Amino acid sequence: MSTTSALGGVVRRREDPALVTGTGLYVDDVKRTGMLHAAFVRSPYAHARITSIDADEARSMDGVKAVYTADDVRHLGSLPVQVPVGQARPLLADGTVKHMGEAVAMVVAATRTQAQDAADAVFVDYDALEAVVDLKDAASDRMKVHDGLDSNILVTWTTPFGADDETQAGLVDQIAAAKDRDDTVVVSLEMNNQRLLPTAIEPRSVVAEWNSGYEEMTLWSSSQMISAVAGAVGKVLGIPYNHVHAIAPEVGGGFGAKLNVYPDEILVPWAAKQLGKAVKYTENRREAAVSTIQGRGWIGTATITGTREGEVLAYELDAICDMGAYSQNFTVAIPFLGVFVGSGQYKFPTRLKLDCVTTHLQTTDAYRGAGRPEAIYYLERIMDAYSREIGMDSAAVRMKNFIPNEEFPGAMSPAGFAIDTGDYGTNLQAMLDLPEYSEMKAERDRLRSEGKLAGVGLSTYMEVCGFGPSGLVDLGFSWAEYGVPSAFNGSGLVRVNPDGTANVIIGTGPSGQGHKTTWSQIVSQQTGIEMDKIKVTYGDTKEAPVSIGSFGSRSAAVDGAAAFEAAGKVREKAAKVAAHLLEASEDDIRFEDGAAHVAGSPDKSISWEEIAKTAYQPHLLPEGMEGGMEAHAIFSPTNATWPFGTMACLVSVDSDTGDVKILRWVNVDDCGEVINPMIVDGQIHGGVAQGIGQALFEDAIYDGDGNLLTAGLIDYPMPTAADVPSYELHRTVTPTDVNPLGVKGVGEAGTIGSAQTLVNAVVDALAEKGVKHVDMPLRPKRVWQAMQDAQN
Amino acid sequence: MSLTVNGESVSADVEPRTLLVHFIRENLDLTGTHVGCETSYCGACTVLVDGKSVKSCTMLAVQAAGATVTTIEGLAEGDEMHALQEGFWERHGLQCGYCTPGMIMSAAGLLAENPSPTEDDIRHGIEGNLCRCTGYHNIVKAIDYAASKLRGETPAPAEWEVNA
Amino acid sequence: MYPRAFDYVAASSIDEAVRELGNADFAKVMSGGMSLIPMMKLRLLSPDVVVDIGRVPGLDAISEDGDAITIGALVTHEKTAAADVPAVLKTAAAWTGDRQVRVRGTTCGAVAHADIAADQPSAVLALGGTITAQGPDGTREIAADDFFVDAMTSALEPHEILTSIRIPKRGGGSAYEKLGRRGGHTDYAVAGASAWVEKSNGSVSDARVALTGVGLKPELTRGVMEALIGTDGSESAVASAAERAVEGITVLEDLYGSVEYKTHLAKVMVRRALNQAFAQA
Repeated sequence: MSTTSALGGVVRRREDPALVTGTGLYVDDVKRTGMLHAAFVRSPYAHARITSIDADEARSMDGVKAVYTADDVRHLGSLPVQVPVGQARPLLADGTVKHMGEAVAMVVAATRTQAQDAADAVFVDYDALEAVVDLKDAASDRMKVHDGLDSNILVTWTTPFGADDETQAGLVDQIAAAKDRDDTVVVSLEMNNQRLLPTAIEPRSVVAEWNSGYEEMTLWSSSQMISAVAGAVGKVLGIPYNHVHAIAPEVGGGFGAKLNVYPDEILVPWAAKQLGKAVKYTENRREAAVSTIQGRGWIGTATITGTREGEVLAYELDAICDMGAYSQNFTVAIPFLGVFVGSGQYKFPTRLKLDCVTTHLQTTDAYRGAGRPEAIYYLERIMDAYSREIGMDSAAVRMKNFIPNEEFPGAMSPAGFAIDTGDYGTNLQAMLDLPEYSEMKAERDRLRSEGKLAGVGLSTYMEVCGFGPSGLVDLGFSWAEYGVPSAFNGSGLVRVNPDGTANVIIGTGPSGQGHKTTWSQIVSQQTGIEMDKIKVTYGDTKEAPVSIGSFGSRSAAVDGAAAFEAAGKVREKAAKVAAHLLEASEDDIRFEDGAAHVAGSPDKSISWEEIAKTAYQPHLLPEGMEGGMEAHAIFSPTNATWPFGTMACLVSVDSDTGDVKILRWVNVDDCGEVINPMIVDGQIHGGVAQGIGQALFEDAIYDGDGNLLTAGLIDYPMPTAADVPSYELHRTVTPTDVNPLGVKGVGEAGTIGSAQTLVNAVVDALAEKGVKHVDMPLRPKRVWQAMQDAQN
Repeated sequence: MSLTVNGESVSADVEPRTLLVHFIRENLDLTGTHVGCETSYCGACTVLVDGKSVKSCTMLAVQAAGATVTTIEGLAEGDEMHALQEGFWERHGLQCGYCTPGMIMSAAGLLAENPSPTEDDIRHGIEGNLCRCTGYHNIVKAIDYAASKLRGETPAPAEWEVNA
Repeated sequence: MYPRAFDYVAASSIDEAVRELGNADFAKVMSGGMSLIPMMKLRLLSPDVVVDIGRVPGLDAISEDGDAITIGALVTHEKTAAADVPAVLKTAAAWTGDRQVRVRGTTCGAVAHADIAADQPSAVLALGGTITAQGPDGTREIAADDFFVDAMTSALEPHEILTSIRIPKRGGGSAYEKLGRRGGHTDYAVAGASAWVEKSNGSVSDARVALTGVGLKPELTRGVMEALIGTDGSESAVASAAERAVEGITVLEDLYGSVEYKTHLAKVMVRRALNQAFAQA
């Protein structure tokens, strides 16, 4: 395998030796002397008044150190939230519970078993109340979820973003006029984009330890945003940021679920401080289902008005988005991310109206894609339905309505946003030209000739990611509410040590994305320092500059760019040192293979070891030059990045049972430049699998009383290896111009593009039965029912 | 109770309710074996018990008395990675790494039963192990790589080598 | 999660295990523990005593004695799936749980647990098996037809242990078909059907068909059996018999299917299982 450092090359991952040998450290692996264990008592009701809490028996049990309720923690205030729209969450339920799984009491005991046994012995009396579960019911305000709020509708997002009332009214008129035309068709579908449980395989875990002498809180948390957690703990407990040492070691998957500050992340450090002992809490899977954030949960009607020749005159989406009971980190901002990509890659007038409603269900927040899979799902499903209605190939319809290349640079989307770069036609055409695509269509036709149900689905997609520009702080894109008033900057610190080795220190840690490898490639490329001399560390607020976290496909595009710039500063200084030592011109210095070379003079070179040593012996440096070899860069891009792509798949459907089998899956993605193709492809594989999971299997099903019926992996079927195909990946490369690496981000693309690709394929298979739509997940019972309904 | 873990004999008094996975993680401090659920679905806790892959969260420690247990920490021969560990590394069969030890120990059981699995055999063979990161694509390739190596054959080239 | 505290007895004989069961207020027998341990971890079930029969010698064999095959209490799914047993049971065992579950879980345990959507209970029913149980009053035999009483409830008395299952050695053909909850075969059945058939002189002389996942318990579908006898076992005969799949059976709705869908699915699975079984007969 290649071990060269060049960007764009496959490099075997540097994180893997620890992870394949069982030596990687995850939070639940942390052990401290005298460590105590916490367990939570959680509400079995979606909505109830707490009439009494009897913890006497629990307090008397072996090993129990404390049982805390709202009375003990009320003075700490509510859970800090970055986007404070809606109801804030009490740290422990205070008088009422508003969703199943809400924490009512916290038990701390000497062992995990004792804590759990004692939690079972805390007796809470509830007076159960009616719960608001249905989204339309919530939006009607028939019954309020929170007395203190004017309406269950917390906010309504519309497009074009930022448009004044007059512009909005004009758009409404324009759409009405299009509908009135004699030569147009109007195609409309109500579609559900169901609630999901993110389900990282590592449950969330937090360990905290207070040192009263140093007045320092040490905190380990399985978090995608460790700086924000440090800030929030400090803010609530009154500890300065620089006295909270927060560590996110290996994070066993995040997918947005760990992009939050949770009550346990505040309460565990608080209890550690109260009790003077380290305290650990690790959620179990059933708790995770009801107390870690959930994702998606939209119901909406998508409508296209267009000509019979495939010209779309207007696209509308009217949706209700489920925010759950309390607002946490982003909550209402998630549908807003859908607004960003509301018009996709298209140029037609677009009107979105997204009502964000509160319900008596667990809070929703970012789940891989976060708002964008939802928006693209509606758009690309209705594009498919419209194409069927007018009898045109959906690829041709898409091609006809794309924002044309001549609008770049400077293209504005109808949703109201400036797009960095795009080349949509080339990308879609690349898919259409692939032999794989023709083969899928031929195989579909062959299966049909045998009397089987088979379909090919196609979807293009657009993403927005790489947040982000500093100016977006005004829209809430910062961690200010956690006491860390930093924009969503990239941050990177590169330090060359006296022996010529380098440390790259980033605050943004991965949850599987391979930062150690990618950042090594970036810094090696910039400095010529060999990869095996570069050590990348992350996720530790004591050593790393403040950073924002790994989410929204932002790490490489923003923090990677910062590391690239920091490494550039180091290289510039090293070039001066090398020029001085080699008596050459700084402009002629080239870095390669661990040394500085002089262009045109092959015999003149000096190793990085020599350069580094010199940097730490200032008397050897050029006059006036500071000693040391270290640089930090903050990077604020001029725009977010806007990846895009096309996916297609072939499915067969068992006409007797409704069972869907995926036979082939092909992508042509465009995420700009690619640093490590192996890692990028891996991100797409996993993203597509999550989209397949939503399309076929996963569903957080609540009953009418707000009880989650799928709170375990038995009834929440994530895909297994036997449920998914191999993925055949291709790409086009349209670099972004908003960062020096040209990379756009790829963490979420697979998820954003996949669910509707699969639904489009199944609808293609079922079209001969008269089926126009099936709601996700496409469990056999639904597919079969759709066939029955269409025939009756 | 006494048992052999990674070649060493260990003895301990444990509560009957101690699960094998907790015994391994908490009593023996072998934290490479992970816990991802409580219903025997995720497979992150898979270890070898007497040569067969089992979910150590669905076995009481006392049931393992007298048994020979191998965890991820005991799979390699000295400093030399096991072919499966190497395969997962070479073929990018892991991302966050949390499911990986269980996945590898499950694959070890599979390859002991079936040294020449087809892609379909591999996919069905690891049905008891959930991964949320990789979409399983490269896990299948990683196990195929290891199977080839263990048979003394040259593994198929990586996709990126073929496409390069 | 941890189970609640309990006492653990590793029995060295079935006699001892039966005695221990009698001594406790609430005891559970454990063979592989694949169903019991998760329920205890979720604290849905908290016995005072767990009587582990996993170390009792002599129970892990499949033996033949002329007219029957006997499956011992500790025979794992893996072992049943690899054994020379009728295809319906072989397949049902191979499709029970995942590979890790199959090396620990036992065929007898799955039958004793009597889950409404498990695979092997319906196979044992279709094969007309006999369950041997040992209790304080000695040993008795229970026909599979009488064994499955209600949801998760068998004819075993609280202090009885299922020690073996006998499957009559007969000719004919058999097959198991199911739609699993996920794409693969290893998850519980949305609906499944086990079929055993025998033909003589071109017509069906005997047939036994059982459903799983459809009603409250693994159940024989007597209408189908009745309809098949005397037919030629052709696809059309099977199709018409399969229409009676849920006759006399209370179909239950769950997360995986409505009553209407499960009714339909039962017919499909019966048809598919029967067609395969006849192909072998």
